[in-house]
Amino acid sequence: MSLLIQKEGILTTVQGRGNYRLQRFGINPGGAMDRTAARLANLLVGNAQPELVIEMHFPAAEIVFEHSCVFALGGADFRASLNGNPIENWSCLFAERSSVLKFEKKAGGNRCYLAVKGGFDVAADRFENRRLKKGDRIALKIPLKEEKWLGKRRVSTSMLPVYSSFPTVRILEGGEINYLSDVDRQALTEENFVVTNDSNRMGFRLKGPKFKPLQTTEMVSSAVSFGTIQLLPDGHLIVLMADHQTSGGYPRIANVISIDLPLLAQLAANDKVAFELIGIDEAERVTTQFEQDVERLRIGCGFGRYW
Amino acid sequence: MRPTRIFPLGENAVTVEFGNEMSEPLNDAANNLSAYFETHRFPGFVEAVPAIASATIFYDLIAVRKSFLEFKTAFEAIKQLVEDATEHLADTPPVNNRIVQVPVSFDAENALDLEFIAENSGLTKSKVIEIFLSKTYRVYMLGFLPGFAYMGVVDERIAVPRKSSPRLIVPKGSVGIAGQQTGIYPNESPGGWQIIGKTDLDLMTPDRDSPCLFQPGDSVRFLSNKL
Repeated sequence: MSLLIQKEGILTTVQGRGNYRLQRFGINPGGAMDRTAARLANLLVGNAQPELVIEMHFPAAEIVFEHSCVFALGGADFRASLNGNPIENWSCLFAERSSVLKFEKKAGGNRCYLAVKGGFDVAADRFENRRLKKGDRIALKIPLKEEKWLGKRRVSTSMLPVYSSFPTVRILEGGEINYLSDVDRQALTEENFVVTNDSNRMGFRLKGPKFKPLQTTEMVSSAVSFGTIQLLPDGHLIVLMADHQTSGGYPRIANVISIDLPLLAQLAANDKVAFELIGIDEAERVTTQFEQDVERLRIGCGFGRYW
Repeated sequence: MRPTRIFPLGENAVTVEFGNEMSEPLNDAANNLSAYFETHRFPGFVEAVPAIASATIFYDLIAVRKSFLEFKTAFEAIKQLVEDATEHLADTPPVNNRIVQVPVSFDAENALDLEFIAENSGLTKSKVIEIFLSKTYRVYMLGFLPGFAYMGVVDERIAVPRKSSPRLIVPKGSVGIAGQQTGIYPNESPGGWQIIGKTDLDLMTPDRDSPCLFQPGDSVRFLSNKL
Protein backbone atom coordinates (compact mmCIF):
# COMPACT_ATOMS: atom_id res chain seq x y z
CA MET A 1 0.00 0.00 0.00
CA SER A 2 2.65 2.41 -1.00
CA LEU A 3 4.59 4.09 -3.77
CA LEU A 4 8.12 2.89 -4.37
CA ILE A 5 10.87 5.19 -5.56
CA GLN A 6 12.41 2.84 -8.11
CA LYS A 7 14.88 5.36 -9.46
CA GLU A 8 15.78 8.49 -7.60
CA GLY A 9 15.26 11.97 -9.06
CA ILE A 10 17.52 14.99 -8.76
CA LEU A 11 15.44 16.53 -5.96
CA THR A 12 12.25 14.78 -4.93
CA THR A 13 10.57 15.70 -1.66
CA VAL A 14 7.24 15.31 0.09
CA GLN A 15 5.67 18.73 0.64
CA GLY A 16 2.59 20.17 2.27
CA ARG A 17 1.00 23.55 1.89
CA GLY A 18 3.18 25.11 4.58
CA ASN A 19 2.93 24.66 8.34
CA TYR A 20 2.10 28.05 9.76
CA ARG A 21 1.70 28.99 13.46
CA LEU A 22 5.32 28.37 14.49
CA GLN A 23 7.07 31.30 12.83
CA ARG A 24 7.49 33.05 16.18
CA PHE A 25 9.94 30.26 17.05
CA GLY A 26 11.86 30.88 13.85
CA ILE A 27 10.28 27.81 12.26
CA ASN A 28 9.54 28.38 8.61
CA PRO A 29 6.26 27.15 7.10
CA GLY A 30 8.04 25.51 4.15
CA GLY A 31 5.73 23.57 1.85
CA ALA A 32 5.36 23.19 -1.91
CA MET A 33 7.01 25.86 -4.08
CA ASP A 34 4.06 25.91 -6.51
CA ARG A 35 1.18 25.78 -4.08
CA THR A 36 -1.43 26.23 -6.78
CA ALA A 37 -0.24 23.12 -8.62
CA ALA A 38 -0.23 21.17 -5.35
CA ARG A 39 -3.75 22.38 -4.52
CA LEU A 40 -5.26 21.68 -7.92
CA ALA A 41 -3.69 18.22 -8.10
CA ASN A 42 -5.19 17.46 -4.68
CA LEU A 43 -8.61 18.70 -5.76
CA LEU A 44 -8.50 16.62 -8.91
CA VAL A 45 -8.07 13.38 -6.99
CA GLY A 46 -10.90 14.42 -4.69
CA ASN A 47 -8.95 15.19 -1.55
CA ALA A 48 -11.08 17.41 0.66
CA GLN A 49 -8.02 18.23 2.78
CA PRO A 50 -4.84 19.69 1.36
CA GLU A 51 -2.87 16.45 1.47
CA LEU A 52 0.88 16.10 1.07
CA VAL A 53 2.20 15.87 -2.49
CA ILE A 54 5.47 14.75 -4.02
CA GLU A 55 7.45 17.64 -5.52
CA MET A 56 9.79 16.66 -8.35
CA HIS A 57 12.52 18.37 -10.33
CA PHE A 58 13.95 17.11 -13.60
CA PRO A 59 15.35 14.47 -14.01
CA ALA A 60 12.47 13.20 -11.90
CA ALA A 61 12.08 9.99 -9.96
CA GLU A 62 10.72 6.76 -11.42
CA ILE A 63 7.83 5.61 -9.28
CA VAL A 64 6.07 2.26 -8.93
CA PHE A 65 2.49 2.17 -7.68
CA GLU A 66 2.60 -0.90 -5.46
CA HIS A 67 -1.13 -0.65 -5.02
CA SER A 68 -3.81 0.58 -7.40
CA CYS A 69 -4.19 4.27 -6.98
CA VAL A 70 -5.98 7.38 -8.22
CA PHE A 71 -3.51 10.13 -8.89
CA ALA A 72 -2.96 13.46 -10.67
CA LEU A 73 0.05 15.40 -11.88
CA GLY A 74 0.25 19.17 -11.84
CA GLY A 75 2.77 21.94 -12.30
CA ALA A 76 5.66 21.47 -14.71
CA ASP A 77 5.17 19.28 -17.77
CA PHE A 78 7.80 16.53 -17.62
CA ARG A 79 6.16 14.42 -20.38
CA ALA A 80 4.95 11.76 -17.99
CA SER A 81 4.13 8.22 -18.95
CA LEU A 82 2.36 5.39 -17.16
CA ASN A 83 3.58 1.95 -18.23
CA GLY A 84 4.98 3.58 -21.33
CA ASN A 85 1.77 5.36 -22.34
CA PRO A 86 1.90 9.16 -22.33
CA ILE A 87 -0.36 10.79 -19.74
CA GLU A 88 -1.45 14.37 -19.23
CA ASN A 89 -0.98 16.80 -16.41
CA TRP A 90 -4.01 18.30 -14.62
CA SER A 91 -6.02 15.17 -15.07
CA CYS A 92 -7.32 12.62 -12.61
CA LEU A 93 -5.96 9.20 -13.57
CA PHE A 94 -5.99 5.62 -12.39
CA ALA A 95 -2.93 3.44 -11.95
CA GLU A 96 -3.24 -0.32 -11.69
CA ARG A 97 -1.11 -2.10 -9.15
CA SER A 98 2.55 -2.34 -10.28
CA SER A 99 2.21 0.51 -12.79
CA VAL A 100 5.37 2.51 -13.43
CA LEU A 101 5.34 6.28 -13.64
CA LYS A 102 8.20 7.85 -15.60
CA PHE A 103 9.08 11.30 -16.79
CA GLU A 104 10.75 11.73 -20.17
CA LYS A 105 11.76 15.38 -20.60
CA LYS A 106 11.26 18.92 -19.44
CA ALA A 107 8.62 20.58 -21.59
CA GLY A 108 7.64 23.65 -19.59
CA GLY A 109 8.17 24.53 -15.94
CA ASN A 110 10.59 23.07 -13.42
CA ARG A 111 8.56 21.56 -10.60
CA CYS A 112 6.02 18.78 -11.07
CA TYR A 113 3.61 17.59 -8.39
CA LEU A 114 2.10 14.18 -7.77
CA ALA A 115 -1.02 13.93 -5.64
CA VAL A 116 -2.77 10.66 -4.76
CA LYS A 117 -6.31 10.07 -3.65
CA GLY A 118 -6.43 10.00 0.14
CA GLY A 119 -2.96 11.44 0.42
CA PHE A 120 0.33 10.05 1.68
CA ASP A 121 0.80 8.75 5.19
CA VAL A 122 4.25 10.00 6.07
CA ALA A 123 3.84 11.09 9.68
CA ALA A 124 5.59 8.02 10.98
CA ASP A 125 8.32 8.08 8.37
CA ARG A 126 9.19 11.74 8.64
CA PHE A 127 9.65 12.01 4.90
CA GLU A 128 8.34 15.55 4.81
CA ASN A 129 10.95 17.83 3.29
CA ARG A 130 13.63 15.16 3.06
CA ARG A 131 15.04 14.00 -0.27
CA LEU A 132 13.44 10.78 -1.40
CA LYS A 133 15.96 8.07 -2.23
CA LYS A 134 15.91 4.92 -4.27
CA GLY A 135 14.07 2.25 -2.34
CA ASP A 136 11.96 4.65 -0.27
CA ARG A 137 8.37 3.56 0.14
CA ILE A 138 5.78 6.26 0.79
CA ALA A 139 2.66 4.85 2.33
CA LEU A 140 -0.80 5.74 1.03
CA LYS A 141 -3.37 6.68 3.62
CA ILE A 142 -6.26 4.89 2.04
CA PRO A 143 -6.31 1.78 -0.09
CA LEU A 144 -8.54 2.27 -3.11
CA LYS A 145 -11.03 -0.36 -4.12
CA GLU A 146 -10.88 -0.52 -7.89
CA GLU A 147 -14.64 -0.68 -8.39
CA LYS A 148 -14.92 2.75 -6.78
CA TRP A 149 -12.97 4.35 -9.61
CA LEU A 150 -15.54 6.09 -11.78
CA GLY A 151 -13.69 7.99 -14.44
CA LYS A 152 -11.57 10.86 -15.57
CA ARG A 153 -11.81 14.53 -14.84
CA ARG A 154 -9.56 17.46 -15.51
CA VAL A 155 -9.07 21.12 -14.67
CA SER A 156 -10.48 23.47 -17.27
CA THR A 157 -7.64 25.20 -19.05
CA SER A 158 -8.95 28.65 -18.11
CA MET A 159 -8.01 27.95 -14.49
CA LEU A 160 -4.52 26.68 -15.06
CA PRO A 161 -1.50 28.84 -14.32
CA VAL A 162 0.08 29.99 -17.58
CA TYR A 163 3.70 29.03 -17.02
CA SER A 164 6.40 30.73 -19.03
CA SER A 165 10.17 31.08 -18.89
CA PHE A 166 9.66 34.85 -18.87
CA PRO A 167 6.55 35.62 -16.83
CA THR A 168 5.35 38.97 -15.58
CA VAL A 169 4.48 38.67 -11.91
CA ARG A 170 2.45 41.17 -9.94
CA ILE A 171 3.96 42.79 -6.87
CA LEU A 172 2.81 44.97 -4.00
CA GLU A 173 4.97 47.73 -2.55
CA GLY A 174 7.04 46.54 0.40
CA GLY A 175 7.60 48.30 3.70
CA GLU A 176 10.94 49.71 2.56
CA ILE A 177 10.07 50.67 -1.03
CA ASN A 178 11.27 54.18 -0.19
CA TYR A 179 14.83 52.84 0.00
CA LEU A 180 14.69 53.07 -3.80
CA SER A 181 15.06 56.32 -5.74
CA ASP A 182 12.40 57.24 -8.31
CA VAL A 183 14.72 56.11 -11.07
CA ASP A 184 15.33 52.76 -9.39
CA ARG A 185 11.61 52.33 -8.72
CA GLN A 186 10.95 52.81 -12.40
CA ALA A 187 13.65 50.27 -13.25
CA LEU A 188 11.98 47.75 -10.92
CA THR A 189 8.94 47.53 -13.19
CA GLU A 190 10.51 48.42 -16.53
CA GLU A 191 13.62 46.27 -16.59
CA ASN A 192 13.88 42.50 -16.72
CA PHE A 193 15.53 40.31 -14.11
CA VAL A 194 17.37 37.05 -14.65
CA VAL A 195 17.15 34.17 -12.17
CA THR A 196 20.76 33.35 -11.26
CA ASN A 197 22.36 30.00 -10.45
CA ASP A 198 22.38 31.09 -6.84
CA SER A 199 18.71 30.17 -6.48
CA ASN A 200 17.03 27.41 -4.53
CA ARG A 201 13.97 26.63 -2.41
CA MET A 202 15.01 29.35 0.06
CA GLY A 203 15.20 32.16 -2.44
CA PHE A 204 15.92 33.23 -6.01
CA ARG A 205 18.72 35.73 -6.48
CA LEU A 206 18.02 37.98 -9.43
CA LYS A 207 20.38 39.78 -11.75
CA GLY A 208 19.13 43.06 -13.13
CA PRO A 209 19.79 46.75 -12.79
CA LYS A 210 21.98 47.48 -9.80
CA PHE A 211 20.07 49.52 -7.23
CA LYS A 212 21.60 52.06 -4.93
CA PRO A 213 19.65 52.32 -1.66
CA LEU A 214 18.81 55.90 -0.64
CA GLN A 215 19.08 55.00 3.01
CA THR A 216 21.85 53.10 4.68
CA THR A 217 20.41 52.97 8.20
CA GLU A 218 20.43 49.37 9.34
CA MET A 219 17.03 47.83 9.92
CA VAL A 220 16.36 45.68 12.94
CA SER A 221 15.15 42.26 11.80
CA SER A 222 11.47 42.01 10.99
CA ALA A 223 9.20 39.37 9.46
CA VAL A 224 9.45 38.35 5.82
CA SER A 225 7.23 36.06 3.80
CA PHE A 226 7.12 33.73 0.78
CA GLY A 227 7.40 36.24 -2.08
CA THR A 228 9.14 39.06 -0.20
CA ILE A 229 11.65 40.83 -2.45
CA GLN A 230 14.64 42.12 -0.49
CA LEU A 231 17.37 44.50 -1.60
CA LEU A 232 20.74 42.98 -0.75
CA PRO A 233 23.80 45.07 0.17
CA ASP A 234 25.30 44.37 -3.29
CA GLY A 235 22.41 46.26 -4.94
CA HIS A 236 20.67 43.17 -6.31
CA LEU A 237 17.35 41.61 -5.42
CA ILE A 238 16.42 38.30 -3.85
CA VAL A 239 12.89 36.87 -3.88
CA LEU A 240 12.25 34.69 -0.86
CA MET A 241 10.74 31.33 -1.73
CA ALA A 242 9.07 28.51 0.23
CA ASP A 243 11.98 27.69 2.57
CA HIS A 244 12.85 31.30 3.44
CA GLN A 245 13.94 32.33 6.92
CA THR A 246 11.16 33.79 9.05
CA SER A 247 12.78 37.20 9.46
CA GLY A 248 15.34 39.39 7.82
CA GLY A 249 17.14 42.69 8.11
CA TYR A 250 17.33 43.72 4.45
CA PRO A 251 14.95 46.31 3.00
CA ARG A 252 11.69 44.77 1.80
CA ILE A 253 11.17 46.42 -1.56
CA ALA A 254 8.09 44.49 -2.62
CA ASN A 255 6.07 41.30 -2.22
CA VAL A 256 4.97 39.03 -5.06
CA ILE A 257 1.23 38.41 -4.75
CA SER A 258 0.50 34.85 -3.71
CA ILE A 259 -1.40 33.78 -6.83
CA ASP A 260 1.58 34.77 -9.00
CA LEU A 261 4.14 32.90 -6.89
CA PRO A 262 3.60 29.69 -8.90
CA LEU A 263 4.81 31.52 -12.04
CA LEU A 264 8.02 32.32 -10.20
CA ALA A 265 8.23 28.88 -8.57
CA GLN A 266 8.33 27.24 -12.01
CA LEU A 267 11.42 29.16 -13.12
CA ALA A 268 14.98 27.83 -13.30
CA ALA A 269 18.35 29.57 -13.51
CA ASN A 270 18.66 31.85 -16.57
CA ASP A 271 14.90 32.27 -16.93
CA LYS A 272 13.71 35.85 -16.77
CA VAL A 273 11.00 37.69 -14.89
CA ALA A 274 9.40 41.12 -15.07
CA PHE A 275 7.43 42.84 -12.33
CA GLU A 276 4.15 44.70 -12.51
CA LEU A 277 3.29 46.88 -9.53
CA ILE A 278 -0.34 46.78 -8.36
CA GLY A 279 -2.17 48.17 -5.33
CA ILE A 280 -3.56 46.26 -2.37
CA ASP A 281 -7.17 46.68 -3.63
CA GLU A 282 -6.30 45.05 -6.93
CA ALA A 283 -4.23 42.33 -5.23
CA GLU A 284 -7.13 41.41 -2.98
CA ARG A 285 -9.59 41.51 -5.89
CA VAL A 286 -7.61 39.14 -8.13
CA THR A 287 -6.84 36.80 -5.24
CA THR A 288 -10.51 36.65 -4.29
CA GLN A 289 -11.45 35.95 -7.91
CA PHE A 290 -8.91 33.12 -8.05
CA GLU A 291 -10.18 31.60 -4.82
CA GLN A 292 -13.74 31.68 -6.18
CA ASP A 293 -12.55 29.73 -9.22
CA VAL A 294 -10.83 27.20 -6.98
CA GLU A 295 -14.00 26.87 -4.94
CA ARG A 296 -15.99 26.16 -8.11
CA LEU A 297 -13.50 23.46 -9.04
CA ARG A 298 -13.71 22.04 -5.54
CA ILE A 299 -17.47 21.77 -5.79
CA GLY A 300 -17.17 20.42 -9.33
CA CYS A 301 -14.85 17.69 -8.10
CA GLY A 302 -17.64 16.54 -5.80
CA PHE A 303 -15.88 15.16 -2.76
CA GLY A 304 -16.95 11.80 -1.58
CA ARG A 305 -18.06 10.48 -4.95
CA TYR A 306 -15.37 7.84 -4.97
CA TRP A 307 -15.46 6.82 -1.35
CA MET B 1 2.40 52.10 22.48
CA ARG B 2 1.26 53.41 19.11
CA PRO B 3 2.70 51.89 15.96
CA THR B 4 4.90 54.07 13.79
CA ARG B 5 3.81 52.22 10.64
CA ILE B 6 1.25 49.60 9.61
CA PHE B 7 1.82 48.15 6.14
CA PRO B 8 1.05 45.03 4.06
CA LEU B 9 3.62 42.22 3.84
CA GLY B 10 2.00 40.79 0.73
CA GLU B 11 -1.79 40.44 0.68
CA ASN B 12 -1.95 37.88 3.49
CA ALA B 13 -0.04 39.67 6.24
CA VAL B 14 0.25 43.05 7.91
CA THR B 15 3.39 44.30 9.64
CA VAL B 16 3.00 46.62 12.60
CA GLU B 17 6.16 48.54 13.35
CA PHE B 18 6.84 50.30 16.64
CA GLY B 19 10.28 51.67 15.81
CA ASN B 20 13.64 50.60 14.45
CA GLU B 21 15.84 49.77 17.41
CA MET B 22 16.52 47.02 19.91
CA SER B 23 14.83 48.35 23.03
CA GLU B 24 12.71 46.74 25.71
CA PRO B 25 9.65 49.01 25.34
CA LEU B 26 9.48 48.45 21.57
CA ASN B 27 9.99 44.71 22.00
CA ASP B 28 7.31 44.61 24.73
CA ALA B 29 4.90 46.34 22.37
CA ALA B 30 5.64 43.77 19.63
CA ASN B 31 5.25 40.81 21.99
CA ASN B 32 2.11 42.19 23.62
CA LEU B 33 0.40 42.83 20.31
CA SER B 34 1.24 39.31 19.12
CA ALA B 35 0.01 37.79 22.37
CA TYR B 36 -3.17 39.84 22.09
CA PHE B 37 -4.02 38.41 18.69
CA GLU B 38 -3.10 34.87 19.76
CA THR B 39 -5.75 35.18 22.49
CA HIS B 40 -8.25 37.39 20.59
CA ARG B 41 -8.35 35.51 17.31
CA PHE B 42 -10.36 37.01 14.47
CA PRO B 43 -11.92 34.94 11.66
CA GLY B 44 -9.10 34.15 9.25
CA PHE B 45 -6.29 34.67 11.80
CA VAL B 46 -3.29 32.46 11.01
CA GLU B 47 -0.53 33.57 13.35
CA ALA B 48 1.17 36.56 14.93
CA VAL B 49 4.94 36.78 14.65
CA PRO B 50 6.76 39.18 16.95
CA ALA B 51 10.16 40.50 15.89
CA ILE B 52 12.59 42.93 17.52
CA ALA B 53 10.45 46.06 17.22
CA SER B 54 7.51 44.89 15.11
CA ALA B 55 4.80 42.28 14.93
CA THR B 56 3.40 40.69 11.78
CA ILE B 57 -0.12 39.32 11.64
CA PHE B 58 -0.66 36.57 9.04
CA TYR B 59 -4.22 35.91 7.90
CA ASP B 60 -6.40 34.19 5.35
CA LEU B 61 -7.46 36.97 3.04
CA ILE B 62 -10.72 35.32 1.95
CA ALA B 63 -11.92 34.59 5.48
CA VAL B 64 -11.15 38.14 6.61
CA ARG B 65 -12.99 39.66 3.66
CA LYS B 66 -16.02 37.48 4.33
CA SER B 67 -16.14 38.50 7.99
CA PHE B 68 -15.42 42.21 7.68
CA LEU B 69 -17.71 43.24 4.85
CA GLU B 70 -17.80 46.86 5.98
CA PHE B 71 -14.14 47.27 4.96
CA LYS B 72 -13.09 47.69 1.37
CA THR B 73 -10.05 45.48 1.86
CA ALA B 74 -8.89 42.86 4.33
CA PHE B 75 -5.84 45.06 4.91
CA GLU B 76 -8.05 47.94 6.08
CA ALA B 77 -9.95 45.58 8.39
CA ILE B 78 -6.79 44.22 10.02
CA LYS B 79 -5.33 47.70 10.29
CA GLN B 80 -8.41 48.74 12.23
CA LEU B 81 -8.14 45.69 14.51
CA VAL B 82 -4.49 46.55 15.15
CA GLU B 83 -5.28 50.16 15.98
CA ASP B 84 -8.03 49.09 18.38
CA ALA B 85 -5.71 46.53 19.97
CA THR B 86 -2.80 48.92 20.48
CA GLU B 87 -5.16 51.43 22.07
CA HIS B 88 -6.41 48.70 24.37
CA LEU B 89 -2.86 47.56 25.17
CA ALA B 90 -1.62 51.10 25.88
CA ASP B 91 0.30 50.44 29.10
CA THR B 92 0.02 46.72 29.59
CA PRO B 93 3.05 45.27 31.36
CA PRO B 94 5.03 42.62 29.45
CA VAL B 95 3.22 39.30 29.28
CA ASN B 96 6.31 37.17 29.65
CA ASN B 97 8.39 37.06 32.85
CA ARG B 98 10.07 33.69 32.38
CA ILE B 99 13.74 33.41 33.28
CA VAL B 100 15.81 30.74 31.52
CA GLN B 101 19.23 29.74 32.84
CA VAL B 102 21.85 28.57 30.37
CA PRO B 103 25.04 26.84 31.58
CA VAL B 104 27.98 27.60 29.29
CA SER B 105 31.43 26.09 28.91
CA PHE B 106 34.12 28.65 28.08
CA ASP B 107 36.84 26.01 27.56
CA ALA B 108 39.19 26.74 24.67
CA GLU B 109 37.79 23.89 22.55
CA ASN B 110 34.28 25.44 22.76
CA ALA B 111 35.08 29.16 22.92
CA LEU B 112 36.30 29.30 19.33
CA ASP B 113 36.56 33.10 19.15
CA LEU B 114 37.13 34.07 22.79
CA GLU B 115 40.74 34.91 21.98
CA PHE B 116 39.62 37.19 19.14
CA ILE B 117 36.90 38.87 21.23
CA ALA B 118 39.44 39.54 23.98
CA GLU B 119 41.93 41.01 21.50
CA ASN B 120 39.23 43.05 19.80
CA SER B 121 38.08 44.51 23.13
CA GLY B 122 41.53 44.90 24.66
CA LEU B 123 40.47 42.87 27.69
CA THR B 124 41.61 39.58 29.17
CA LYS B 125 39.61 36.46 28.37
CA SER B 126 38.42 36.12 31.96
CA LYS B 127 37.29 39.75 31.99
CA VAL B 128 35.33 39.18 28.76
CA ILE B 129 33.60 36.19 30.36
CA GLU B 130 32.91 38.13 33.55
CA ILE B 131 31.30 40.98 31.60
CA PHE B 132 29.33 38.53 29.48
CA LEU B 133 27.96 36.72 32.55
CA SER B 134 27.14 39.90 34.45
CA LYS B 135 24.00 40.72 32.45
CA THR B 136 20.52 39.35 32.08
CA TYR B 137 19.63 39.19 28.41
CA ARG B 138 16.27 39.36 26.73
CA VAL B 139 15.10 37.18 23.84
CA TYR B 140 14.20 39.89 21.35
CA MET B 141 13.17 37.49 18.64
CA LEU B 142 13.56 33.96 17.30
CA GLY B 143 14.69 33.61 13.72
CA PHE B 144 17.53 32.80 11.34
CA LEU B 145 17.26 29.13 12.30
CA PRO B 146 14.45 27.30 14.11
CA GLY B 147 14.89 28.11 17.80
CA PHE B 148 17.72 30.61 17.29
CA ALA B 149 17.17 33.42 19.83
CA TYR B 150 18.41 36.92 19.13
CA MET B 151 19.32 38.18 22.59
CA GLY B 152 20.51 41.54 23.83
CA VAL B 153 21.92 43.79 24.81
CA VAL B 154 25.60 42.78 25.05
CA ASP B 155 27.84 45.21 26.96
CA GLU B 156 29.48 47.44 24.38
CA ARG B 157 32.94 46.73 25.83
CA ILE B 158 32.74 43.16 24.48
CA ALA B 159 30.62 43.87 21.37
CA VAL B 160 32.33 42.46 18.29
CA PRO B 161 31.52 42.45 14.56
CA ARG B 162 30.52 39.24 12.79
CA LYS B 163 33.28 37.19 11.21
CA SER B 164 34.17 38.58 7.79
CA SER B 165 33.87 35.08 6.37
CA PRO B 166 31.29 32.87 8.09
CA ARG B 167 32.31 29.47 9.46
CA LEU B 168 31.00 26.60 7.38
CA ILE B 169 30.26 24.65 10.53
CA VAL B 170 29.37 26.15 13.88
CA PRO B 171 28.83 23.34 16.42
CA LYS B 172 25.42 22.82 17.98
CA GLY B 173 25.01 24.78 21.23
CA SER B 174 27.64 27.40 20.37
CA VAL B 175 27.00 30.76 22.03
CA GLY B 176 27.90 33.66 19.74
CA ILE B 177 28.16 37.43 19.74
CA ALA B 178 27.37 39.69 16.78
CA GLY B 179 27.57 43.38 17.53
CA GLN B 180 25.59 43.85 20.73
CA GLN B 181 23.53 40.72 20.16
CA THR B 182 24.13 37.25 21.50
CA GLY B 183 22.59 33.99 20.33
CA ILE B 184 22.88 30.21 20.55
CA TYR B 185 23.05 27.86 17.55
CA PRO B 186 20.27 25.27 18.17
CA ASN B 187 21.90 22.92 15.67
CA GLU B 188 25.11 22.62 13.73
CA SER B 189 24.98 25.19 10.97
CA PRO B 190 27.08 27.64 8.97
CA GLY B 191 27.31 31.00 10.73
CA GLY B 192 29.27 34.19 11.23
CA TRP B 193 28.79 35.00 14.91
CA GLN B 194 31.89 35.11 17.13
CA ILE B 195 31.74 32.06 19.39
CA ILE B 196 32.36 32.76 23.07
CA GLY B 197 31.33 29.38 24.51
CA LYS B 198 29.02 26.40 24.24
CA THR B 199 26.03 25.01 26.11
CA ASP B 200 24.87 21.40 26.32
CA LEU B 201 21.28 22.51 26.75
CA ASP B 202 18.91 21.24 24.05
CA LEU B 203 17.21 24.23 22.44
CA MET B 204 14.62 22.23 20.55
CA THR B 205 11.96 20.17 22.30
CA PRO B 206 9.68 17.50 20.85
CA ASP B 207 6.62 19.52 21.94
CA ARG B 208 4.72 20.44 18.78
CA ASP B 209 3.06 23.54 20.23
CA SER B 210 6.12 24.90 21.98
CA PRO B 211 9.01 23.34 20.11
CA CYS B 212 11.77 25.57 21.47
CA LEU B 213 13.39 26.18 24.81
CA PHE B 214 13.15 29.92 24.26
CA GLN B 215 10.11 32.09 23.72
CA PRO B 216 10.03 35.71 22.59
CA GLY B 217 10.47 37.99 25.60
CA ASP B 218 12.24 35.44 27.85
CA SER B 219 14.95 36.68 30.21
CA VAL B 220 18.15 34.68 29.93
CA ARG B 221 21.01 34.25 32.43
CA PHE B 222 24.21 32.58 31.27
CA LEU B 223 26.11 30.65 33.95
CA SER B 224 29.63 29.32 33.77
CA ASN B 225 29.44 25.55 34.19
CA LYS B 226 32.77 25.79 36.05
CA LEU B 227 31.28 27.73 38.96
